[in-house]
Amino acid sequence: MSGWPILSLVTFLPLLGVAFILTVRGDDETALRNIRWGALWTTIVTFLLSLFIWAGFDSNSAGFQFVEKHEWLGSAAIYQMGVDGISMPFVILTTFLMPICILASWHVTKRVREYMIAFLVLETLMIGVFCALDMVLFYLFFEAGLIPMFLIIGIWGGVRRVYASFKFFLYTLLGSVLMLLAIIYMYWTAGTTDIIALLQNPSFTPEAQRWLWLAFFASFAVKMPMWPVHTWLPDAHVEAPTAGSVILAAILLKMGGYGFLRFSLPMFPDASLYFQTFVYTLSVIAIIYTSLVALMQEDMKKLIAYSSVAHMGFVTMGIFTMNRQGIDGAMFQMISHGLVSGALFLCVGVVYDRMHTREIKAYGGLVSTMPLYAFTFLVFTMANVGLPGTSGFVGEFLSLMGAFKDNTWVAFFATTGVILSAAYALWLYRRVIYGKLEKPALMHLPDMTPREVMTLAPLVVLTIFFGAYPAPILDIFGASVENLIKPLNEAAAAAQALATASLQ
Amino acid sequence: MNTVYIAIVFLPLLGALIAGLFGTKAFKGLGSDADVYGEHHAHADDHHDAHGHDDHGHHGHYDGPAWPMYVTTVLLCISAVLSWYVFVGFLAEPHSTKVEVLRWINSGTLTANWSLRIDTLTAVMLVVVNTVSALVHIYSLGYMSHDEHQPRFFAYLSLFTFAMLMLVTSDNLVQMFFGWEGVGLASYLLIGFWYTRESANAAAIKAFVVNRVGDFGFALGIFGCFFIFGSVDFDTIFGAAAGQVGKTFTFLSWDVDVLTVLCLLLFMGAMGKSAQFLLHTWLPDAMEGPTPVSALIHAATMVTAGVFLVARMSPMFELAPDAKNVVVIIGAITAFFAATVGLVQNDIKRVIAYSTCSQLGYMFVALGVGAYGVGIFHLFTHAFFKALLFLGSGSVIHAMSGEQDMRKMGGLAPHIRITWAMMIIGNLALTGFPFTAGYFSKDAIIESSYAANWGFAFWLLVIAAFCTSFYSWRLAFMTFHGHPRADRETMAHVHESPNVMLIPLYVLAVGALAAGFVFKDYFIGHHYAEFWHGAVADNEIMHAFHEVPGWVVASPFVAMALGFALAFLFYIRDTSLPVKLAAQHEPLYRFLLNKWYFDELYDLIFVRPAMWLGRFFWRKGDGYVIDGFGPDGVSSVVGDVTKGVVRLQTGYLYHYAFAMMIGVAALISWFMFGGAH
Repeated sequence: MSGWPILSLVTFLPLLGVAFILTVRGDDETALRNIRWGALWTTIVTFLLSLFIWAGFDSNSAGFQFVEKHEWLGSAAIYQMGVDGISMPFVILTTFLMPICILASWHVTKRVREYMIAFLVLETLMIGVFCALDMVLFYLFFEAGLIPMFLIIGIWGGVRRVYASFKFFLYTLLGSVLMLLAIIYMYWTAGTTDIIALLQNPSFTPEAQRWLWLAFFASFAVKMPMWPVHTWLPDAHVEAPTAGSVILAAILLKMGGYGFLRFSLPMFPDASLYFQTFVYTLSVIAIIYTSLVALMQEDMKKLIAYSSVAHMGFVTMGIFTMNRQGIDGAMFQMISHGLVSGALFLCVGVVYDRMHTREIKAYGGLVSTMPLYAFTFLVFTMANVGLPGTSGFVGEFLSLMGAFKDNTWVAFFATTGVILSAAYALWLYRRVIYGKLEKPALMHLPDMTPREVMTLAPLVVLTIFFGAYPAPILDIFGASVENLIKPLNEAAAAAQALATASLQ
Repeated sequence: MNTVYIAIVFLPLLGALIAGLFGTKAFKGLGSDADVYGEHHAHADDHHDAHGHDDHGHHGHYDGPAWPMYVTTVLLCISAVLSWYVFVGFLAEPHSTKVEVLRWINSGTLTANWSLRIDTLTAVMLVVVNTVSALVHIYSLGYMSHDEHQPRFFAYLSLFTFAMLMLVTSDNLVQMFFGWEGVGLASYLLIGFWYTRESANAAAIKAFVVNRVGDFGFALGIFGCFFIFGSVDFDTIFGAAAGQVGKTFTFLSWDVDVLTVLCLLLFMGAMGKSAQFLLHTWLPDAMEGPTPVSALIHAATMVTAGVFLVARMSPMFELAPDAKNVVVIIGAITAFFAATVGLVQNDIKRVIAYSTCSQLGYMFVALGVGAYGVGIFHLFTHAFFKALLFLGSGSVIHAMSGEQDMRKMGGLAPHIRITWAMMIIGNLALTGFPFTAGYFSKDAIIESSYAANWGFAFWLLVIAAFCTSFYSWRLAFMTFHGHPRADRETMAHVHESPNVMLIPLYVLAVGALAAGFVFKDYFIGHHYAEFWHGAVADNEIMHAFHEVPGWVVASPFVAMALGFALAFLFYIRDTSLPVKLAAQHEPLYRFLLNKWYFDELYDLIFVRPAMWLGRFFWRKGDGYVIDGFGPDGVSSVVGDVTKGVVRLQTGYLYHYAFAMMIGVAALISWFMFGGAH
């Protein structure tokens, strides 16, 4: 396999599926079936192919692997792809979740062709974000990815889809414009957009770093989303179709965290240190504030959306601890949250497809008719709560551990999140699953169907497996994280020395 | 031997999986997409028959196979027998060993692996957990036989046992936290087992969340240990603890004593799990769960996890005298507080629940004064007699067709002689009647508190002993003696429980009578040091408590006798006395009846503000401020989107998408023609 441009293959393979779907003519049942199966097989093959990346990946190496480099767009921007321990897990996460999303969308009836195309294009763009090793290329994937997502919400969304997609657009627009300006400035100063080169030689003055950091922050903070630029997320989730929510929560939100780790920390180390307290503050506010807000939600998807914001608070906190446990925790939390929040949205989808409402009040006592669903939902509720033995625990625990090493106040306030998350998650579970089965509409709901089991079973297994044995994931990014924090610690030590010297 | 240890811990997990997978309905019938998306939803209902919405559980009919429950029970019995085998081995030759199982969380210098640590403390806990659990499994075969969800019940029980075993065998703080939260999960599931009852669901959530408040401290304690010692491994921490004596670190901007703060944070976890004063509110409510659960989890095992934690960390606590003082104070207050509340409760299970809370306070006093062996000894004996009392009261409730209010009982003794005898044995052991189990362990705690010059704790414990005796005999007299207060129909149904429920009671009764004098020499006698083999810290108090003055030794006995006499006077001789007394001291009575108003207080200062804040942040913070000045504000400037929605339904959408693409195109062209020189 070594000679193959495997990253490009994995990235662009979904477009082959798009080409196939475009060749399918007609709108009859056979055509629709071909479209669905075409999309499903495309995503499955992409996933299987992406496993070769994992298999061939050397986790002892901190550098980029499978690097491909070609001339593109004249001499300035190059086409360069590659993965390291920080990006590789996200590639696998994306390819793994896509077949599940297609399967979850099996019964979409509106514009099936366009729907599947949107998802397959989205897959290409998302994988591209994590593989791109050139600033321009990254920016293209990063921004272009918004378009299909935007269409998915706007066309296949709920009643207030236009408002939601407008809000989504407005927030992300602000972030991307600033990031674009920063990229242009970086090209002017450093003379290259090659990410590997920029990482090896991050040579921006502290003054410039702060501006660049802020510009990137604007984009990544919206994507995470961090408080207070998070209000687009609940609306987007509520309106998006199930699979859209899954992708949004599981992958798109991770681009913010990935961005911090790929650009902000290594390229602007001084600025990252400078803004550390600022990020801590926002993270802690996010954890407490959005957890409290989640407690009061009446819409299932909104509740889970707010809980996502709180969980992303642990991620941003962990990243900016700039120590091993904190960043390991943030990375793991992102992967785990991809599985768990994706699964939670699938769980909402299961009952939404039956009842066509997300209102918590409309449910109650589902365990009586849907015991398997109750069990599945319980696993993910507990993972969301961060119960040890589920994948949700490892990331939360490590990021808090990292935070304690750096700042006990941050750890103290962030740890209150474990109390609040238990409150809102169990309160949701109680209202939906437990209680008497009294509402007439719920009396005869069928339990999960084989198709739904196929979408959720792998996630149940992985959530528990990675909770009991997280090593396969932790090992992937260990070396890369170690490599990332070394210069940061040196910068911190230098800043410390400078401060001491100026005092004397 | 390693295989034996692994079998002890993992057989219950296997049992849980068997009961869960092969017993419960969850994996039986799937729906079909046609039901969900097709036009007719109707034909899905034939395999979901009507469920019992009886106030006291499901009480439907279980029509599945019985073998999963039996297999689960047998696996637990094997585990229990193996535990005794290990324990007897320890009596002969104490040692300490470690079994590595699997890698778990490794991040930089942090290493937390799955492993089993077997020393004397663990061996004691293995016996306690597996014995009570096996007996409760057997008992439940009878008690839950009318419940349609019995496989789920057994799955939860075995899952609980597994988590508890992981807790007591852990070799590092993180695995302990796994067991700690795992038992919390099982407790949550079992309290809420009868999920159609609103009160059960509320109690389940309360138990989990209040425990999480304790876990908040526990987690910070673990982070702190890693920060200070660079490890979460027990041996490493204990080895380095001495070097930290008198050192300080910055915690929340204050310079604080390292060991004191770490111990107090860990103790906060212990307070939650062991329902100590301030974090005790969940335990009485937890009685919503089926009675076997109360016996296993909320009396004998899980609630003692806090005691175990402090005992396990005793080498560290021993170096932090201030933290130990806090442990004594909290323990003594809990022992006293819970005993006073127990005096006036009318629900048979709630009386025993407060009794448990109170006895846990005793154990903490023992730990706090440094008599670790004594505290664990009381944990050991308490498991037998408290499980006996709970299972006995389950037998009473079973006989009374589900009634738990003692005001509606009375005169049951002639009808259920065996249950009566068992409860009396339990009472004797709990109140410390000479030569029963409680006599050795509880009195040793009271003596230790005196020997440690803790007058405050000593007197609170003696008063609590008086209260214990009073409420225990009050319970026995109200339930079994006097005239029947139940209606005729209920009384006609009163019957002795089947053997499958009585046999566990016999076994526990033997423990309640004999566990004291058989094992006292090992746990707290003059050869305790060989027995413990360094598993808990040593302290001169273990010798000193044998040398207290005679009146100190006599005081718990006197308290017990007075309590018995008063209960006899109030509930046998002149039953109008307690009513008069309550009327005379109405405010005090209300104060006790309402459990010192803790629930109301917490509701006022925590629950309501949290909900108010949640709504405020949502409506005002997100809705008014952020959206108002953010996207909504912008949109009203750009053009009134909300008004234009109808007209622009899809139009806008494509405009945005188009705008984005223009941007991307512009960027590319810039690079190709402008920027790229």
